Amino acid sequence: MANAIAQKTIAQTSRRKPASFYRMRRRVVRGLQIFALILVLIYTLFPYYWAFVSSTKQGAALYRSALMPALDFTYYRQLIDNPVFMGSLLNSAYVAISTTLLSLIIGLSAAYALGRIEFPQRRAVLMVVLMISIFPQVVVLSGMFELINWLGLFNRPSALILTYLLSTVPFTTWILTTFIREFPRELEEAAIIDGCSHFRILMKILLPLMGPSLASTGILAFILAWNEFLFALTFTLTDENRTVPVAIGLIAGTSRYEYPFGQIMAASVTVTLPLIAVVLLFQRRIVAGLTAGAVKG
Amino acid sequence: MASVSLESVSKNFGTHTVIQGVDLEINDGEFVVFVGPSGCGKSTLLRIVAGLVAASKGAVKIGGDDVTDVPASKRGVAFVFQSYALYPHMSVARNIGFALETLGMAKDAISQKVSTVARMLKVDHLMERRPRELSGGQRQRVAIGRALVRQPEIFLFDEPLSNLDSDLRMEMRMEIAKLHDVLKTTMIYVTHDQSEAMTLADRIVVLNHGRIEQVGTPQQLYHTPDNRFVAGFIGSPRMNFLAVSPQTGANAGRIAGPGNLSMAMVASNPTGPIAEIGVRPEGLRLVSEADGRIACTLERVEDLGHEHFGYCRITEDTVWVVRLASAPSSDQIGKTVGLDFADSAVFAFAGDGKRVLLKGTPQANAEAREP
Amino acid sequence: MSAKLARRDHRAAWLFLLPVVAVILLVAVWPLSRTFFFSFTDAYLDDPSVYSMVGFDNFIEVINDHSWWVAVKNTLVFTVISVAIETTLGLAIALLLNEMIPGRGLARAAILVPWAIPVVVATKIWEWMLNDQFGVINKILSGLGVVDHGIAWTASSSLIMGVVIFIDVWMTTPFMVLLILAGLQLISPEIFEAAEVDGIPAWKRFWSITLPMLRPAIGVAVLFRVLDALRMFDLSYVLAASNENVMTVSIYARDRLISFQELGIGSAASTWVFLLVAFVAIIIIGALRLDRAAGT
Repeated sequence: MANAIAQKTIAQTSRRKPASFYRMRRRVVRGLQIFALILVLIYTLFPYYWAFVSSTKQGAALYRSALMPALDFTYYRQLIDNPVFMGSLLNSAYVAISTTLLSLIIGLSAAYALGRIEFPQRRAVLMVVLMISIFPQVVVLSGMFELINWLGLFNRPSALILTYLLSTVPFTTWILTTFIREFPRELEEAAIIDGCSHFRILMKILLPLMGPSLASTGILAFILAWNEFLFALTFTLTDENRTVPVAIGLIAGTSRYEYPFGQIMAASVTVTLPLIAVVLLFQRRIVAGLTAGAVKG
Repeated sequence: MASVSLESVSKNFGTHTVIQGVDLEINDGEFVVFVGPSGCGKSTLLRIVAGLVAASKGAVKIGGDDVTDVPASKRGVAFVFQSYALYPHMSVARNIGFALETLGMAKDAISQKVSTVARMLKVDHLMERRPRELSGGQRQRVAIGRALVRQPEIFLFDEPLSNLDSDLRMEMRMEIAKLHDVLKTTMIYVTHDQSEAMTLADRIVVLNHGRIEQVGTPQQLYHTPDNRFVAGFIGSPRMNFLAVSPQTGANAGRIAGPGNLSMAMVASNPTGPIAEIGVRPEGLRLVSEADGRIACTLERVEDLGHEHFGYCRITEDTVWVVRLASAPSSDQIGKTVGLDFADSAVFAFAGDGKRVLLKGTPQANAEAREP
Repeated sequence: MSAKLARRDHRAAWLFLLPVVAVILLVAVWPLSRTFFFSFTDAYLDDPSVYSMVGFDNFIEVINDHSWWVAVKNTLVFTVISVAIETTLGLAIALLLNEMIPGRGLARAAILVPWAIPVVVATKIWEWMLNDQFGVINKILSGLGVVDHGIAWTASSSLIMGVVIFIDVWMTTPFMVLLILAGLQLISPEIFEAAEVDGIPAWKRFWSITLPMLRPAIGVAVLFRVLDALRMFDLSYVLAASNENVMTVSIYARDRLISFQELGIGSAASTWVFLLVAFVAIIIIGALRLDRAAGT
C-alpha cells in the first residue's frame, strides 16, 4: 500500500471551505431547527390554549378573535350548575377508577405467569392477548348487548366497567408483562431456594419493586377508560348515567347556530386539565409504558 | 502535511471542566498515544481532534489549517471506535466501502479498493457477513479497514483493543504497529493501558484530570518522569512510593523515613522540600535487614513462573513490591528483611508532586545536559 | 428442573392466569361468538329471543348495500392517508426531537398533550376552530387574505374527510413520535459519529443508516396505527354522525344494530368488519415477519 500514500487526494479534495462558512452554516441550521421546534409547539399546544381562551369569553366576545383570555368564568359556573355535566364527571371517575384497579390486579397476576414462569403455552397465551386488543369494539356489541341485559346492567355505569375490561385488561397484561420481565432472575432464585411460593414471590419481592410500572400502566389504563366513547354511547341511555365523553359529545343547542361553543370549550378544558396535568407530571413513566409495549414486543 | 496542533484547548460540559488548557504539537507521521486513568479526558481530546466534540475554547489545526469550526465530515480524519460502531444492517464489504460511495467512485473501483484492504486485514473471507456474525477481533479489523480504505491523513484510535481478549490484543497491537510502519501516516491512539502506550508510541501524552502531565518518548517517561503522577502511571508493576522528611541541623542533606530509612539526598533544582521517594520494583533487591536501606516484613511472594514478586510491608499502609531474581525460600516469609537499591534508582518528589532532581546522580547530570 | 417441579410451575402459571382467562372468556370470546351466531339469524334488538336462522342472507344483504361500500371506501381512504401522514410527520418530529436543541424537553412534554385529550374533546375543539363564521382558522385565513369569506369545512362534502384526517393526524402523531423516538434512541450514537467522521453527508446518513435501522420501530408503529384507524368510530361520529362522507365501517355496523335495531344484519356487518381488520392484520404482521427474517 505504499503507493496509497501518493493518493492522498481523496482526503484533501473532500475538504474544506473556510471555517467561517461552517460557522455560519451551523448557526443557520440551528436557527431553522429552533424555528421548527416552535412550529411544533404551536401546532400541539395552540388548540388547547384557544379552547381555554374561548371558554373565558362571554357572549359576543366569543365571536371576536382576541387572542388573550378574557377571564370571564361564567361558562365554568354554568357547568358547575349543570347536573348532567357534574354527574357525568362522577360517573366517569367511578368507571375509570374501578376499571383501572381491576385491570391492574388482573393484569399483574397474568403478567407474573407470562413473564416469570416458564410453561409451554406461554407464547400462545401472549398471542391471544395481543389479538384480543386488535378486536374492533363493534364486533362484540351484539353479544355485549345480550350480556349486559341479562345481567340487568343496561343503562348503568357499572356496565361500562365490564365492557371496558375488553380493552384495558389485554393492555395492562401486555405492558406489565414487558415490565416484569426486566427484573433479573436472581431476585427470585434466592426466594425459590428458601422455598417461597409463587404468590409470596409476587407479593413480597416483585410487587414492591413494581411501583413505577404499575403507576405508568395505571395512568395509561385510566386514560383509556376515561376517553372511551363507543360503549359509553351505546350502553347508557339517560342523561344521569352518561360519562363525560358522551356528555360533551351530545351537547347540542336548539339549532345549529345556537351551538353553545363557549360551554363546550369550558367543559373540554375542565375535563382535560387533570388529564394533561397527570400526563405532564408523569410523562417519563407514560412514555416508558407506551414504548415498552411496542418496542420490546 | 498531516500535523496536528492543539492550542489552549479547553472543554467543559456545563460547570464540569473536562479539558483544561491543552497545548500539543503532533508531527506528520508520528504515532502519538494519549494515556491516562479513566475520566482524564483522553477520549474527549481525541474527539475534539476528530471534530465530534466542539472545543469550548482554543484552536485545533490540521496541517496548519485552522479546523476548529470545520465539521468532522470535512476534516479528512478516520476514527476507530472502541465499540467498533459498524453499521449492523450492512455487510462487511458495504461497511468498508460505504464512505467511498459518497465520493462518487465507480462500483468496480470501490469493490477493488475494498478487497485490497480486506485482504490486507485478513477479513476477505467474510465479505458478505453481517457484523453480528463476526467475532470481536474480526469486527475490529473491519473497523480498521473502514478507516483504512479512505486513505486519511490522520488515524484516530479510541481504545480499540479494550474489548478484546488479551492474546488477541497482543496480536492486534502488532498489526497496528505494522500498519503505521507501512503507511507512515499520523496516528493518535487513546488507551488506559500504559503497556500499550509504551510499546506503540513514538511519543506519549500522559493526561490526568484534563491536563497534560508530560509529553515524551516512552524512554523519557520511564527514566525521567516529570512528576509523581507520571512516575506512578508508567511502568508495570508501578513504582513504589514512601513518604519521607528532610533532616535539619546536624543531619542536613539527609532524608529519613519509615523502616529506618536514612540516606543522603540533596536537591539540585529549586523546588519544595522532598516529601516522597520512589523506587521501581525492578530497582530493588531483597537483602538481610542489616544490609538493607529500608527495613520491612516480607508478607507475601508471588511466583508467576518466569517472574517473582515479593510484597514487603514497611508501615501499616505502605507495601513495597520487589522484583526478585529467583523465588526465595518460604521460610523467609513473615520475617523482617531489608530492601536495597542503587542511588541512581531512586526518584524524589516534592510536596506538589513535581520531581526533584538530585545532586550527584547520573539522572540529574543527564538532565542538566539536556537543553 | 425435575418434571414434578415443572408440572407444579405449570399449574401455578394457570392459576395466575385464571382471572385474565375468565375476563377474556366473558368479555371477548362469549360476546364475539354471540355476534357470529346472531349474524346467521334475523333477530331484532327489541326482542332478541324471537328469531330464525337465515344462513348467509345477512352477509349478502350487507354486501349489496351501497352504504356499506361507501363506508369501506371511507375507512380505507382514511386509514391509508392518515397513517401515511402520521408516519412521515412523526418521523420528522422524532428526528427533530432527537437533536440537542434548546427547548426540546418542553417539546417532548408538549407532544403528549394532543394525545392525552379525549377524541371527543379534540373533535369539539377543532370543530370550534374551524367554524365557518367564528372559527379562528377562518379568521386567520381571511386576515391573511387567502380567502374572502370563511370556509364551511364541515359542511362541504369534499372537505369533511380532509377535516377528519387532519384532526386524527393532530391527535395521534404524538404516538408515532414517541415510538419512533424510542427506536431512534436505541441506535448507538457512535454509529452516527462513525458516519460523520467518514464524511457521509447528512441526507445519506438518514437514508442509508437511520431509516433502515428504524424499520422495526416504524413497522410496529404503523401496525398499531393501521389497526386503530380501521376501527375508527369516535371521530367521525362526533363530528358528523349522519354524514355519509365520513361514515366508517364501525359506524355503519353500529347504525344497523342500534338505529335500525337489526340484531341480525348488524351482527353480520360487525363480522365483516372483524374479518376486514383480521385480514389486514395478518398481511402486515406477515410483512413484518418477512422483514425481520430477512435480517435487518
